[in-house]
Amino acid sequence: MKKSIAVLVENRPGVLARISSLFRRRGFNIESLSVGTTEREDISRMTIVVKGDERIVEQVVKQLNKLIEVIKVSDVSDNSVHRELALIKVTATPDKRAEIIEIANIFRARIVDVSRDSFIIEITGDEEKINAFIDLMRQYGIKEIARTGVISMARGSKVTTA
Amino acid sequence: MRAADALVKALEKEGVQHVFGIPGGAIMEVYDALYDSSITHILSRHEQGAVHMADGYARASGRVGVAFATSGPGATNTVTGIATAYMDSSPIVVFTGQVPRSMIGNDAFQEADITGITMPITKHNYLVTDEKSLLRIVKEAFYIASTGRPGPVLVDLPKDVTRADIEFDYPDKIDLIGYKPKIEGHPRQIKRAVELIMKSERPIILAGGGVRISNAHNEVLRLAETIPAFVVTTLMGKGAIPEMHPLSLGFIGMHGTKYGNYAIMDSDLIIAVGCRFSDRTVGRFSDFAPNAKIIHIDIDPAEIGKNIRVDVPIVGDAKVVLRDIIKYVRYKQRKEWFDYVNKLRSEYPLKYEFREDVIKPQFVIEKIYELFPDAIITTEVGQNQMWAAQYFKVKYPRQFITSGGLGTMGFGFPAAIGAKVAFPDRIVIDIAGDGSFLMNIQELATCVDYGINVIVCVLNNAYLGMVRQWQQLFYNRRYSATRLRYPDLSFEKIAEGFGAYGITVDKPSEVEDALKEASEVDKPVVIDFHVEVEENVFPFVPPGKSLREVIG
Repeated sequence: MKKSIAVLVENRPGVLARISSLFRRRGFNIESLSVGTTEREDISRMTIVVKGDERIVEQVVKQLNKLIEVIKVSDVSDNSVHRELALIKVTATPDKRAEIIEIANIFRARIVDVSRDSFIIEITGDEEKINAFIDLMRQYGIKEIARTGVISMARGSKVTTA
Repeated sequence: MRAADALVKALEKEGVQHVFGIPGGAIMEVYDALYDSSITHILSRHEQGAVHMADGYARASGRVGVAFATSGPGATNTVTGIATAYMDSSPIVVFTGQVPRSMIGNDAFQEADITGITMPITKHNYLVTDEKSLLRIVKEAFYIASTGRPGPVLVDLPKDVTRADIEFDYPDKIDLIGYKPKIEGHPRQIKRAVELIMKSERPIILAGGGVRISNAHNEVLRLAETIPAFVVTTLMGKGAIPEMHPLSLGFIGMHGTKYGNYAIMDSDLIIAVGCRFSDRTVGRFSDFAPNAKIIHIDIDPAEIGKNIRVDVPIVGDAKVVLRDIIKYVRYKQRKEWFDYVNKLRSEYPLKYEFREDVIKPQFVIEKIYELFPDAIITTEVGQNQMWAAQYFKVKYPRQFITSGGLGTMGFGFPAAIGAKVAFPDRIVIDIAGDGSFLMNIQELATCVDYGINVIVCVLNNAYLGMVRQWQQLFYNRRYSATRLRYPDLSFEKIAEGFGAYGITVDKPSEVEDALKEASEVDKPVVIDFHVEVEENVFPFVPPGKSLREVIG
């Protein structure tokens, strides 16, 4: 089972180390982790995707809550918007360019850099969409991939704020 | 004001009377400030000793223990002490020196990343990077250490920070948005707990170290007497109710009483208060008390459901929650259960074979208990600890001090020093093994130096006894590296060498006199009891077994 957990933390040096130390020590697996600031500059928001059964996820949430610098922990797995951004550098020989552009359009991906023999394609979406796109790009030759990790936000009026 | 002076003044404001530690280059400003303070500093002989002393002081008194160490090796030497306090939720604050801010990260002389090192073994820690935040951090450190589920907090002080000039503006309020311990139990869960209690035919209370921390002894006793229910404890819970009380079944677990273990296994309701269901207490998790519903009261939500499934979780302070529960429960007759458990108690008493010609370690503990039932007892770790837990019947809270979670050999002696500093008029006895005592024996110098007259009772069996016991039972008597005896070792002479008083005891008939003599000597005393070398601790639930699968 995969769960997306939103964690609001005080924006201080060492907080990320504390959180990753906790995951390592307790043997929790981080699938992905992304951090950024929030509407308040003294507070950062992390989205952590963890793998594990109900009991493990419950422990993750409780142990995170014990950290002094953690302000709030919410499970945002269900009924939420999940997004990830990826940059993919793909081999684009002249004869394949049109084909690649066409696929990119279908996925609403954008070509953000063009060189003699490659594109950088920017794509956002949930994990499955990005995985599907990457799979399609393999046939052309992927040179490099950078992914941000998932960020999640609950739909509707439910909010995770301090 | 110099930040170091402000720090010491802040400690005075926090009510600190004693600090344990060792100075060094990076923390010299603080020691300089301490020179003019009303705070008494106890110079330990190793930083590990200093932290155990602060820990023992905290456990005996309930106040926050404070330790100082310098940067680098001074700081790393505190690690075992901090981890020990962390596992047993003991409130201590450790201040370490650090190299100046400009040199951090450069591998400077005596630099160690102590906040990085202690991250997983502190409740929280701080590297003070701005002198203006120093006083706020000190205030928070004491607050975090002593509230909620207590634990160690470390504050790392770069030398130039302690030298900086700051205003003494000690905050009286705490503003920690991410830290708000929950005190009151949820009313709906309390109602469910009461229903389960009233329905139960075979209830039992399992009291852990949280009872001591929240001062919930009276509430545990009242709940037990009201329902009524028997009380078993974890090792850390010893003293939750007086162990001579007819409702007490002693402590359970690997070396707990058979009747306590059997009773909890046969219960239909466990009211667990301030405990964490450790493997040493409950045996094989999957087989623990198969027919029991479990009410778990703990201030730390992460402990609930961590090892054992729970039917009614109640997050809150043990004392507050128990008071709420007591309001609604009534007496119910449970004669069959009481007869059954009382029969277990008479059928399976703790026992050992007394001998005239050789000292049985259990006999020494019985004598200590007989002569000094009010003494504060600390223990080392291993067989000595288990015999002490079995045969010393604890009368009052905070009387029995032991390293339960981390199992730190070398803890008991410095912890005894800390306890004696907190209660100079009480008799404080460290029940030790010859292996453990050697691990912090240097603190004899501290005892003599300050006239801290603790009594160390070494149950000297010339082995790392608990490991030897496992080797005997599980490794076909292959005593690999557990034999300790070398012919000329004399704890009596070692004690004398430090300026303490030493006694060697070989015969059971001399045990009592030696203990009496120790209590009359105006010096720290080490009694070297030459005990039966291959005595085992029974009963014994082998690791990974259910509490029913008891040997001995």
